[in-house]
Amino acid sequence: MASVPFEYGLAVAGILFILGLAGVLVRRNLLFILLCVEIMLNAAGLAFIVAGARWGQADGQVMFIFLLSMAAAEVAVGLALILLLYSRRKDLDSDALGGSGRS
Amino acid sequence: MSWMWLIPALPLLGFLVLAVLGRSMHWAVVAAVGTGSVGLSMLAAVAAVWGFWVSPPAGGSVTLTLWDWVRAGSFSPSVSLTLDALSAVMILVVTVIGFLIHLYSVRFMAGEEGYSRFFAYMNLFVGSMLLLVLAGNLLLLYLGWEGVGLCSYLLIGFWYSDPENGRSARKAFIVTRIGDVALVIGLFLIATNLGSLDIQEVARKATASWAPGSAIAVAAAALILGGAVGKSAQLPLHTWLPDAMAGPSPVSALIHAATMVTAGVYLIARTHALFVLAPDVMTATAIIGLAGVLVAGFSALAQTNIKRVLAYSTMSQLGYMFLALGVGAWSGAIFHLVTHAFFKSLLFLAAGVVILAMNHEHDIFAMGGLARKTPYTFWTFLLGALALTALPPTTAGFASKELILSRVWESGPGGRILWVLGVLGVFVTSVYTFRLLFTVFGGEPRGAPAHGSGRGAHGGGHGPKPAAHGSAAGKEGLAAGRDGRQAGVVMGVPLAILAVLCIVGGFLDLPRTLGGSPFITRFLETSLPAGTRAGEMPLSTDSILQIVSEAASLLGIPVGWLVSRRAIRVVTQTGGPAARPAFVRFFSGGMGFDWLYERAIVRPFVWLWNVNKRDAADRISDGVGGLSMLLSRAFRWTQNGRVRWYAAGVAVGAALVIAAAVLL
Repeated sequence: MASVPFEYGLAVAGILFILGLAGVLVRRNLLFILLCVEIMLNAAGLAFIVAGARWGQADGQVMFIFLLSMAAAEVAVGLALILLLYSRRKDLDSDALGGSGRS
Repeated sequence: MSWMWLIPALPLLGFLVLAVLGRSMHWAVVAAVGTGSVGLSMLAAVAAVWGFWVSPPAGGSVTLTLWDWVRAGSFSPSVSLTLDALSAVMILVVTVIGFLIHLYSVRFMAGEEGYSRFFAYMNLFVGSMLLLVLAGNLLLLYLGWEGVGLCSYLLIGFWYSDPENGRSARKAFIVTRIGDVALVIGLFLIATNLGSLDIQEVARKATASWAPGSAIAVAAAALILGGAVGKSAQLPLHTWLPDAMAGPSPVSALIHAATMVTAGVYLIARTHALFVLAPDVMTATAIIGLAGVLVAGFSALAQTNIKRVLAYSTMSQLGYMFLALGVGAWSGAIFHLVTHAFFKSLLFLAAGVVILAMNHEHDIFAMGGLARKTPYTFWTFLLGALALTALPPTTAGFASKELILSRVWESGPGGRILWVLGVLGVFVTSVYTFRLLFTVFGGEPRGAPAHGSGRGAHGGGHGPKPAAHGSAAGKEGLAAGRDGRQAGVVMGVPLAILAVLCIVGGFLDLPRTLGGSPFITRFLETSLPAGTRAGEMPLSTDSILQIVSEAASLLGIPVGWLVSRRAIRVVTQTGGPAARPAFVRFFSGGMGFDWLYERAIVRPFVWLWNVNKRDAADRISDGVGGLSMLLSRAFRWTQNGRVRWYAAGVAVGAALVIAAAVLL
């Protein structure tokens, strides 16, 4: 099985990361910001896998496992916060929620 | 004696009641509380001294420890009261004179705004003084000391609506504060060296461990002397006393007779064990005292304000007490303190009646002929003046002054010179006293002096109370009506009692030449040793000395009359005090001490303060503040609370860091 070239893998990871970052910066809905953060995390995970494959080390995959579990925890907390916020404010627009200076 | 604490506690309680509830109380209740608390305290003091007299405690003193004040290692000053012969005499003077002055104030201050405030301060004043004299511990003594200083400030500035009075009050506070600092440093010195501030223990330890004339003993005694000089208005810290006349007359009487200025004399007598170890400081005390006698005496000669004459007179008499302390005549100083309290409070209270009768006029050249207008006041004032000049029929001033002068003569060869100058002081005292007496009470009523600006007539510019006090003015009409006859019963009774005390006070300790009854000296012996006597002079010498000093006093009467004639002519006919000769004006200004201090201390200080207002240190701190304000304005927009904005900030920052890491 021909392996994907190292550079391609990194490029995909980089593109994914940029997409995620752009999403975080552009989207105003908190739910989507959370989704985009997940994309960025996955981009970082992909970079670990590719790098692990490149040097034939298992460390990259170990790191990915860590990343997955951390992402799961983060999503659990983040979603809970978003739910609470929504039930209180009936709104998930990050600018409207934060920019006014009210807590 | 376990109830001894009542003596200072009663006036302090009166102060608390009046301070908290005084505003809503009827004036009669205020007067009853204010006078009653001191009166009860007087009864307690009399009872305590009676008990002390009937069954003298072992060791000559009884100590009542109330509680431990502070405990810090081995240093644990306690709140303790000590009654010994010295404090017994003092509490009697303070409470009796204080009570009479309170009684007098009931009428004198009637209708005055701040009636309850006045009595609250007066009670606090007496309470602090009692605490001071009863304290068995130098730290507690210092508490009373500061309390007395505070009250003098409050009462001198009692009519605070006139800024000039506030200035006098501040001056009194600040000038005495200089002495207080010296005293507190002295207390630190004693506490660190002897490990205790208990008065008896300090005396014992100091005598045991400090060599006579050693540097530490001299330093301790000199610092205590500094405190006493400030409080007792001696050179060079005396300038506050003449200005302290801004307060009401009863306050002057209280400050000059029973409280405040006597504290310094008391302090030195109380710590005499330290002074015995420092002969140089004792010499300095005597010289300061004698210089005070003469400087104040000559200054009093040229004053135009009735109360300022008496103020300089107080300073001069305190000078005699310091002279006595300086030659080791401790009990002589205390005896003179007692008799001085009698006649000086009498003089001030009588002067207060005169001032009321003259519608708050203080200028003696605007008075005249008051002997006919207020005969009762005249006779009591005359008795006080005779006591001041040590002339019969009064004995109070005579006995104490002769006691001091004879001890001065005996104190060695240098004592002869001191004695001659002291007798010169007696002569000057007599001259200014009779100048005052003839000017105020003699001749015809002069009304307002010829010169227009009545206020300018007063040496320090402290004119009579401004007419702003409407309520006072209304009352004056009433008072003038009464005073056309007499001082009134409430004010007259204290005058009468004090006049009687002036006449009989000398029998407490008559000189040998008149039979001798060293009652006070013997009573005080348990706490104040007889001191060092270079050699007792024969009775005949004593008699000659007394005749000489009495002659000096008598000579002062005609001279005083002449001075009075001449001063009246100059002031009323040739254009006011400004027309007086230069040396008279020099005396009138208190011999230039105020002038000197103004230029040497006050102005440089104010100048320095003005410079310092814009100094470099301020620039730095202001610059730091300005810079942070600027940065705050610059960066405030980054903190707008938008999550996406922050995320972008994080991203850009990370990009920059990575770029820096890669490129560098």
